[in-house]
Amino acid sequence: MRDGQPTVLPGFGLTLGFTTFFLSAVVLLPLAALVLLAASTPLHQLLDAVASPRALASYELSFGGALLAACINLVFGFIIAWTLARYEFPGRRLMDAMIDLPFALPTAVSGIALTAVFSANGWLGRYLDEIGIHVAYTRLGVIMAMTLIGMPFAVRTVQPALLEVQRDLEDAAETLGAGRWYVFRRVIVPAVLPAILTGFTLAFARALGEYGSVIFISGNLPMKTEITPLLIVIHLEEFDYHGAAALGFVMLAASFVILLAINLLQAWGRDRMVRGAR
Amino acid sequence: MAAGAHSGALEDLDTRPGRETIVSALFRRGLIGLSVAFLAALLLAPLAMVFASAFHDGVQRYLQTFADPDTQAAIRLTLLTALIVVPANTLFGLAAAWAIAKFEFRGKSLLITLIDLPVAVSPVISGMLFVLLFGMRGWFGAWLAANGISIVFAAPGIMIATLFVTFPYVARELIPLMQQLGNDEEEAAITLGAGAWMTFFRVTLPKIRWGLLYGVILCNARAMGEFGAVSVVSGHIRGLTNTMPLAIEALYDDYDFTGAFAVASLLTLLALMTLALKSLVERTGYRRR
Repeated sequence: MRDGQPTVLPGFGLTLGFTTFFLSAVVLLPLAALVLLAASTPLHQLLDAVASPRALASYELSFGGALLAACINLVFGFIIAWTLARYEFPGRRLMDAMIDLPFALPTAVSGIALTAVFSANGWLGRYLDEIGIHVAYTRLGVIMAMTLIGMPFAVRTVQPALLEVQRDLEDAAETLGAGRWYVFRRVIVPAVLPAILTGFTLAFARALGEYGSVIFISGNLPMKTEITPLLIVIHLEEFDYHGAAALGFVMLAASFVILLAINLLQAWGRDRMVRGAR
Repeated sequence: MAAGAHSGALEDLDTRPGRETIVSALFRRGLIGLSVAFLAALLLAPLAMVFASAFHDGVQRYLQTFADPDTQAAIRLTLLTALIVVPANTLFGLAAAWAIAKFEFRGKSLLITLIDLPVAVSPVISGMLFVLLFGMRGWFGAWLAANGISIVFAAPGIMIATLFVTFPYVARELIPLMQQLGNDEEEAAITLGAGAWMTFFRVTLPKIRWGLLYGVILCNARAMGEFGAVSVVSGHIRGLTNTMPLAIEALYDDYDFTGAFAVASLLTLLALMTLALKSLVERTGYRRR
């Protein structure tokens, strides 16, 4: 079989050619530049940039914070998806539409707004401050911003999976004497587990690379509240391209691992769905 | 990678009489309450804060921000960027979806993965790629300087970075949609003697219009709101290379919070309009795949 056949449709060469050209120019060439620059950096310089105490502290915050935020989203994303999929209440449609707000809202806007709400004299910050919880300009603030930005991913992957859980399966289990908790544990959770894990991973990936909504609330103290993307920006502002590329390479490698994990999770989910349907 | 973006087309819930117990009612109220509280603190409060802060010192002061030439320049640059980037990525999305959905060829799944790549890359890294290519000490830096072309720290850099960041938005919407719709109708049209363009405009386009609109809306929202990638390549020259999100940062750093939130209020309105349009498209029965 020759590529592009068999079909009478025209435009294979034109569209594929344009696609590959545009893709190469906009995406592949720039990525190659980063990889080549990181690869051409002398090893000691590379290690200095990647393993400096400041870089290590930033990984701790970026990876640790993104992990915590993804865990929060795992729990609350499931609760929100459950609420939207299973309950009828006033304002349900509005709530459903609002879930995507962090997608649509520019990150700089959510950054300054979140900071204003949770600063010491903000609407919520003033009460939290009274009980000794400081959000703005602390690591907690970073996690808060990361949670906000990852939330839609957690909700939007679990929600359709919950809608697809076969209700008759639940009914059958209950008829056979299973308690609600047992049904939840043995029928619902196994059915939506791939979706939950996919949502968790997507939320983690988004939080890890997030910049705009984090840098306003974080206060950006080196070693304390400095995320890795910000450290890359600082390297670039000092024209230290090698240092920036080295850190960028670490982040990029992490993204690829995550991307791979997501693809595997989704394949697992599809596989389960097919077997479940039989 | 389905970027967590299934639409919440809400089917009417089948109510189940006789199943409501006191425990389950309490449980239901508790979960609804938790969801509302979580979203109120994380979404609604910041949303309300934008407008409350923007109008904190009155309408006069609010409008004053937009009389500032730097703010106006930022709005113009943002609009211009979207005006160039969105059509370019729409064209790309259509071409990619046509090639991938209508034909069989080797390396197709690799191609789809590569198209999705920019979504997985941190915005800061996306911007950095173009500094490494076109910056002073980048690959083409010396050549560009010798020819008097500036890309980084100028408007073209902002546009290229935005192009990268919004690259997959239309394509990832159209590819699964067109794959599902199949080739039959197009093949019939061609067989009956319709030309290539006529087939596209009269057969394909009407079928995919909602998906296309959906992708374009999201692409536009991201193009106008992008911060991280643009921040790296912009150089932050006021009145010249600041987009609206960057103007927000500049005003904020000057402690002009009212001004920052005034510009932010425009982008927030854009976001709300995006969500409303998105819901409208979903009403037509269009479901993301």
